[in-house]
Amino acid sequence: MAETPAGSTPAQTGPVVHLDAVTVIYGKNQALKDVSARFARGAVGLLGPNGAGKSTMLKALLGFVKPSKGRMTVLGLDVATSPLQIRSRIGYMPESDAHIPGMNAVSFVAYCGQLAGLPPVDSMQRAHEVLQYVGLGEARYRNIETYSTGMKQRIKLAQALVHDPDLLFLDEPTNGMDPKGRDEMLELIRDLGHNKNVNLILSSHLLPDVEFTCDHVIVMDKGQVVAQGPIEELKGPAGRVFELRIKGNLPAFIEVLREHGMECHSTDQDVMRVFVPAGRDQREIFTLAAAQQAQIRHLRPSIPTLEDVFAKAIGED
Amino acid sequence: MPIHDQSYRRYGGQRSSLGQSWMVIARAGIMNMLRKRAFMGLLLFAWLPFVVRAVQIYVASNYPQTATFLAPDAKMFRDFLEQQDFFIFVMTIYVGAGLIANDRRANALQIYLSKPLLRSEYIAGKAAVLFTFLMLVTWLPAILLLFLQVMFKGSFEFLRANLFLFPAITIGALLQALLATFTMLALSSLSKSSRYVGILYAGVVFFTAAIYGAMYAITGSTSLSWLSLGSNLAQVVDVIFRQTPRYTTPWQVSLIVVLGLIALSISVLERRVRGVEIVT
Repeated sequence: MAETPAGSTPAQTGPVVHLDAVTVIYGKNQALKDVSARFARGAVGLLGPNGAGKSTMLKALLGFVKPSKGRMTVLGLDVATSPLQIRSRIGYMPESDAHIPGMNAVSFVAYCGQLAGLPPVDSMQRAHEVLQYVGLGEARYRNIETYSTGMKQRIKLAQALVHDPDLLFLDEPTNGMDPKGRDEMLELIRDLGHNKNVNLILSSHLLPDVEFTCDHVIVMDKGQVVAQGPIEELKGPAGRVFELRIKGNLPAFIEVLREHGMECHSTDQDVMRVFVPAGRDQREIFTLAAAQQAQIRHLRPSIPTLEDVFAKAIGED
Repeated sequence: MPIHDQSYRRYGGQRSSLGQSWMVIARAGIMNMLRKRAFMGLLLFAWLPFVVRAVQIYVASNYPQTATFLAPDAKMFRDFLEQQDFFIFVMTIYVGAGLIANDRRANALQIYLSKPLLRSEYIAGKAAVLFTFLMLVTWLPAILLLFLQVMFKGSFEFLRANLFLFPAITIGALLQALLATFTMLALSSLSKSSRYVGILYAGVVFFTAAIYGAMYAITGSTSLSWLSLGSNLAQVVDVIFRQTPRYTTPWQVSLIVVLGLIALSISVLERRVRGVEIVT
């Protein structure tokens, strides 16, 4: 088996996935509404609450569902005209439990490699390697039906990786995993995206997962893209977000802050996060609090998180 | 520095061209069945009628006094295929019931269809598993019997006089295998339980036969034989082997029913074999 060292892939530019005004309709429900998005190379998070349309987008890109409108390209190939060429270059880790019954792990992964076009000997060798990589080396001769939830997640990742895809679709890869297993899975994903030159799209509703593994994010809500770009850029400069606790009429104070162009959302009972727009002084908060006869009990510059981006994008308080 | 890096490596080897995945599915399915002892037992048992017929041909060829009642003819080959109906039935349930149902139970369809293969390739691969075994207990032994007849007799006289037998065996066995394969695959795609699918298939076979039986008892006529799955096939295969059709239903009607059932099954498969199940 020939080996291509990581990093030797020719530098390529442009998005790996491009959606242009895509609409997907299930019966009367619009699962995707006129979605336009560009997935940059590297690790991109597809973030959104349950039902936002993340899985539908992945399934549309795989060709499982046909959009009623719009155009999609994956790795420069049109999804409508070149589905097989696309699927030979991508790996898909589905959200739900999925395996081929009656097989042990190594047979299953090797079988998936052959389905993807690898010769039997190569796919068997790759199966052993990939299972070792995802941490199932010791359990590779066990029947998959005897695996725990965490192991089933790993085997799904292994089958998606066996044919060495250029792009990975990971749909909620940490679902049902215990904290240790979850951390290990995230480490694997981070390693793939950052050290192994595998482009990946991580669909998740878990902010920390996306923040840990991805450089870019696309935030979805109710079938629409509400924010997209590099995570660092979306989070904005540090020091412009403040964690605040007050004593007084909290709803009225939030209202006043918003009227003065400062976005805020509560994070706990009496704690809120306030976004101070660029060019404005945070001392304004004190002036407004004094005018509202509210006491500021706590004020601390906060490091912007993806949670802020997410909350801002979907308009949550 | 590690001696051997067990980390993830990129693959730079060759890949086969698209459109060959159905063979991977078929090969895996066939090997999976051959690993089962019970199935191997069934396969051997299905060849017992072949052994009996082979002895019959041997005796008829070597003992002329028995030739009057044992001599092989077109009817003998037609009867042989009909005898195999029982094994077709058992094997269809044993091999076919879980072919798609088990994949649906384990959500394997989205794994399959996320690979570079078409839905038709998936269906072809699954169909090839059952079709292969059915041909193995119908077409192959029947053709071997024809071959044995020539061998034991030491002349091509019988073959020359019955040249139509080779295509008749091939078409007859094909019809039997295709009808069973596609009907079973369609039923298998409707459920996630192979047990339920097996019961459903048996139900279809016996229920249609029972309906026809009841109608025959009432009317005293065989003109409604097209109601029965097995009768349609028997009627068409009779004609293929140049035998007098056993029912009054025109054989063309029976053929249309058989082909219609295959078309209906393919249509069901087209709707049911999808990477995502959409519930609206």
